[in-house]
Amino acid sequence: MSFTRKRIELQLTQVIDNILIADGVYYLKLHKPFDFKPGQVVALSLNENDEPRLYSIASGKNEVSLNILFDVMPTGQLTPTLANLKPNDEVYISAPFGKFLCEHTPAVWIATGTGVAPFVSLIKSGTNKNITLLHGARTIDGFYFQNEFKEKLGDDYLRFCTTETGNDVIEGRLTNYLKELDNPAPELKYYLCGSSQMIIDVREILLSKGVAYDKIIAEIYF
Amino acid sequence: MEKQDIFGKTLSELKECVTSLGLPAFTSKQIADWLYKKNITSFEEMLNLSKKARISLNENYFIGRNQPESFQESVDGTKKYLFKTGDKFIEAAYLPESNRNTLCVSSQVGCKMGCLFCMTARQGFQKQLTSSEILNQIASLPEKETLSNVVYMGMGEPMDNIDNVLKSLEIITSEWGYAWSPRRINVSTIGVVPAMRRFIEESEAHLAVSLHSPFNEERKQLMPIENVYSLDELLAAIRDYDFGRQRRISFEYIMFRGVNDTQKHIDGLSKLLNGIRCRLNLIHFHPIPDSPLKGSSQSTMEWFRDKLNEKGLTATIRRSRGEDIYAACGLLSTKKLLKDDQPKDY
Repeated sequence: MSFTRKRIELQLTQVIDNILIADGVYYLKLHKPFDFKPGQVVALSLNENDEPRLYSIASGKNEVSLNILFDVMPTGQLTPTLANLKPNDEVYISAPFGKFLCEHTPAVWIATGTGVAPFVSLIKSGTNKNITLLHGARTIDGFYFQNEFKEKLGDDYLRFCTTETGNDVIEGRLTNYLKELDNPAPELKYYLCGSSQMIIDVREILLSKGVAYDKIIAEIYF
Repeated sequence: MEKQDIFGKTLSELKECVTSLGLPAFTSKQIADWLYKKNITSFEEMLNLSKKARISLNENYFIGRNQPESFQESVDGTKKYLFKTGDKFIEAAYLPESNRNTLCVSSQVGCKMGCLFCMTARQGFQKQLTSSEILNQIASLPEKETLSNVVYMGMGEPMDNIDNVLKSLEIITSEWGYAWSPRRINVSTIGVVPAMRRFIEESEAHLAVSLHSPFNEERKQLMPIENVYSLDELLAAIRDYDFGRQRRISFEYIMFRGVNDTQKHIDGLSKLLNGIRCRLNLIHFHPIPDSPLKGSSQSTMEWFRDKLNEKGLTATIRRSRGEDIYAACGLLSTKKLLKDDQPKDY
């Protein structure tokens, strides 16, 4: 039995800018060949025949560019090269897909690392009513897009820093904060995005607090 | 270069190994024969190789074979084996039956997929297994000679480690390897679509897709993958291929009380799988600690099965095995053996 290889369709697009926004973390702006819904992902590769990697879109639906957020994995095959991209370079991307659309409110968004990307897209697309964002990072410069979140969410934007203090951040772990919370309101929906370990730990705490499992929706970066 | 295992290498990789050591190309076939047909566990046993070749191999490679650390045995005869991989551990479950003996192997230490009902998910992800570590579960099983089937349904998502899974399948099914028919092997996935396409195209083993709900919003609550590769894309990908008459595609469906065991789900499944020649395996939920989910009753499962059969879908209820030793579906975990040494940003 033999099959012709069927792959996700990719098309070329140009780099507008590639900005270092924190140590080893880049905000890559691309010409936008497709409309998308906030919360969706694109598959991206440097060559047509490479296996593409998935990235959440981190720009607003009405912006002229389609942006992604990535951290450089020193031993990775793709991200060290992505870090070197310059304006007018070309990359391959797929049409947007995925259903982490976070449409229900009131909601609590919970993210760490580049897992904040879909929430950046949502905020930049105008979703900010009845939203609380819990953002975890090791260092203060790890709160990517904190100014946008502060501006749009005000006191409903909470930053938890595990190794540094200052700048209004809450010292300590996001998980400790959740453990000490009073029983959360039943109508709240929780949207989680980040590493599998974060998702699992946070989900376990929320369930132990009596949050129904169907109120917890997660997108895991794998 | 870091010293690698020779076991778990495909014939073409073995050719590269011997060439780089200045050995004749035909040595690769001899090594494959010793590793996969004669099941040796040291280079000294490769008697038709020159002494120089054996010394050179020993200096540059590990043999890559490890006996299980321990095992537990269930009242139903199921055995759960613990294997060490580096400083971490995996489990494999041996399921003897009257007409077949199956080994359920792991493909990763832990898992990244975070399914709500799975014990392996609770330990997070620690490591991709190499093809050597995947195959060693078969090769070092005390009951190896009695095995009739292998299923990749242990710890981990096989499609998230597709390169090593495909390599291990090549070794099991090649003439120079174990020379098994691919029809003795079943590989599961929760639906990582691009890697699943590669598996369908590059292997001939059976495919088992974890479904657990025919509805997008409901499946999202159980399986985060649904946010990325939704049911629509998953089923569209499956419909893209002709599996032929010999190759089997099955859908796995764990039954949760009041969640996915209603008439609405029977209708949803019937619509979703319409036109796909497949089997639906209904699986008892094996509760994990503090789970918000409960299993459907036996009578509900039988009703569900009968209704699906009436609609023309072949559905069977899978018998639970090894539940008392946590070897049953969704219960494998080596979390207790992990050192908590990962820095966290939350």
